[in-house]
Amino acid sequence: MSYIQGETGDWEIVIGLEVHAQVISNAKLFSGAATAFGAEPNSQVSFVDAAFPGMLPVINEHCIEQAVRTGLGLKAQINLHSVFDRKNYFYADLPQGYQISQFQQPIVGKGEIVLDLPDGSSRTVGVTRLHLEQDAGKSLHDQHPAKTYIDLNRSGVALMEIVSEPDMRTAEEAGAYVRKLRSILRYLGTCDGNMEEGSMRCDVNVSVRKPGAPFGTRCEIKNVNSIRFVMQAIEYEARRQIEIIEEGGKIDQETRLWDTTKFVTRSMRSKEEAHDYRYFPDPDLLPLELDAEWVEDIKKTLPELPDDKKARFISEYKLSPYDANVLVSEKARADFYEAVAKGRDPKLAANWVTGELFGYLNKAGKEIEESPVSAENLGGLIDLIADNTISGRIAKEVFEAMFETGERPADIVEKKGLRQVTDTGAIESSIDAVLAANADKVAEFRSGKDKLFGFFVGQVMKATQGKANPALVNEILMAKLKG
Amino acid sequence: MSLDKATVAKIAHLARIKVPDDELDHLAGELSQILTFVEQLGEVDTQDVPPMTSVAAQTLRRRKDEVTDGGYRDAVLSNGPETAEGFYVVPKVVE
Repeated sequence: MSYIQGETGDWEIVIGLEVHAQVISNAKLFSGAATAFGAEPNSQVSFVDAAFPGMLPVINEHCIEQAVRTGLGLKAQINLHSVFDRKNYFYADLPQGYQISQFQQPIVGKGEIVLDLPDGSSRTVGVTRLHLEQDAGKSLHDQHPAKTYIDLNRSGVALMEIVSEPDMRTAEEAGAYVRKLRSILRYLGTCDGNMEEGSMRCDVNVSVRKPGAPFGTRCEIKNVNSIRFVMQAIEYEARRQIEIIEEGGKIDQETRLWDTTKFVTRSMRSKEEAHDYRYFPDPDLLPLELDAEWVEDIKKTLPELPDDKKARFISEYKLSPYDANVLVSEKARADFYEAVAKGRDPKLAANWVTGELFGYLNKAGKEIEESPVSAENLGGLIDLIADNTISGRIAKEVFEAMFETGERPADIVEKKGLRQVTDTGAIESSIDAVLAANADKVAEFRSGKDKLFGFFVGQVMKATQGKANPALVNEILMAKLKG
Repeated sequence: MSLDKATVAKIAHLARIKVPDDELDHLAGELSQILTFVEQLGEVDTQDVPPMTSVAAQTLRRRKDEVTDGGYRDAVLSNGPETAEGFYVVPKVVE
């Protein structure tokens, strides 16, 4: 268990997360306006989204399917009967004066998410529910000193609010939860998980307690928009709460903000009264009834999800849980790996993909989709190592050239003359030259200085520009030195 | 059920309706009467009766996921008391 050390002993953090995930759809949840990111302000707004009098919501069937698909991906209960409610509050970017959401009867009930922790272990976190709701518009506060500018393009876009149980105990677990949820959503194709563009946002509930004690009073940190910020906000907020309690104070249940420049959470007092949302069933919308068979049909179209893929990579390719995690975290990575591993040594393929390739991509700030080295070419490189055309060391040089030029490995080997020398005659003459030039060291070796063997190998490899087959060099060199 | 003045004032505030103090008593009386009237329904045993959601036997209408609306910014903004550069403009609402 990882506790935080306070003045009065150990403290445990209790964390629950509410993630708002924007549904991938062409049109909005209850209107036919477009959802594309980055459009001209208010250009994707229908009279429904702007809440003109008399306009009625009509639900987008694809958004229902996306929510069900996500629920199935979270191994959750799908509620065949769910209800849309009005959540009432006033804000400038909420033209209706209420958000259409789901309160007591959400479309998806209890599910679970398996966290993959950095040490390779796993931990299951409960999902309380998933419900569909409308997003609000966007307020821009920095356009004018005394005014706020409102863009309603986002107003009415479908969101899935995914609520976890208060099952997490460390900032790392919370980070792993968001990463895993994002991975699942991307596999399912139900949310792009782009936190920078706001298509995935997090509300973080944090409380602290002495180990084994009942839950403490929690604070909610709203709208945190990166995994790093989620983790930082939790660390800060837990410390703040412990300090207050240890100084004899008590925690007020409140909504707070993560200040990304000062690295502190601060209170949003005005939000407090707004918590009285006066939910009631939206009279414009009938309950949402799903057909059990339809749900089953969706289930049949689910892709292999990260947990199953990870298990398969471990059993089929004998990969370590760590390597399997790294590979399955994104579907594109997993697909790339499988294309490389097909018909080849899977462990070697994993080393090249997670080692060289991910290393180079990382340094270049590129995603796997933008890799200059195709899976086919990386496979080709591994084949060249396997059939002794090049050594593993030369392969790294070839890989670097492949990453720069995107050329085929065989072409690079030919062009640069990197083909491994397996001609024993050629290797022998190189060795002879090295031994002749270092007669003193040969004498030392023969009088017992075994360590010099490495020196000779180095000299021979240097003389052959690293192209000599290392096993042959070792063998012939040893024979000559001993003889 | 009867509402006190404080509750009426709170409801009015949540609904952003301005109610002068000297009207609160009167409103509390009226609202309480309405609630009492509706509460009569509680006398009916509805234990095994599912809630009626529609008079006609119909199901929730659905739309296809197609872009069929929007793209008329000027019309949307025409009712805004103040607009600029394609935005609605409101008094600053940030803490």
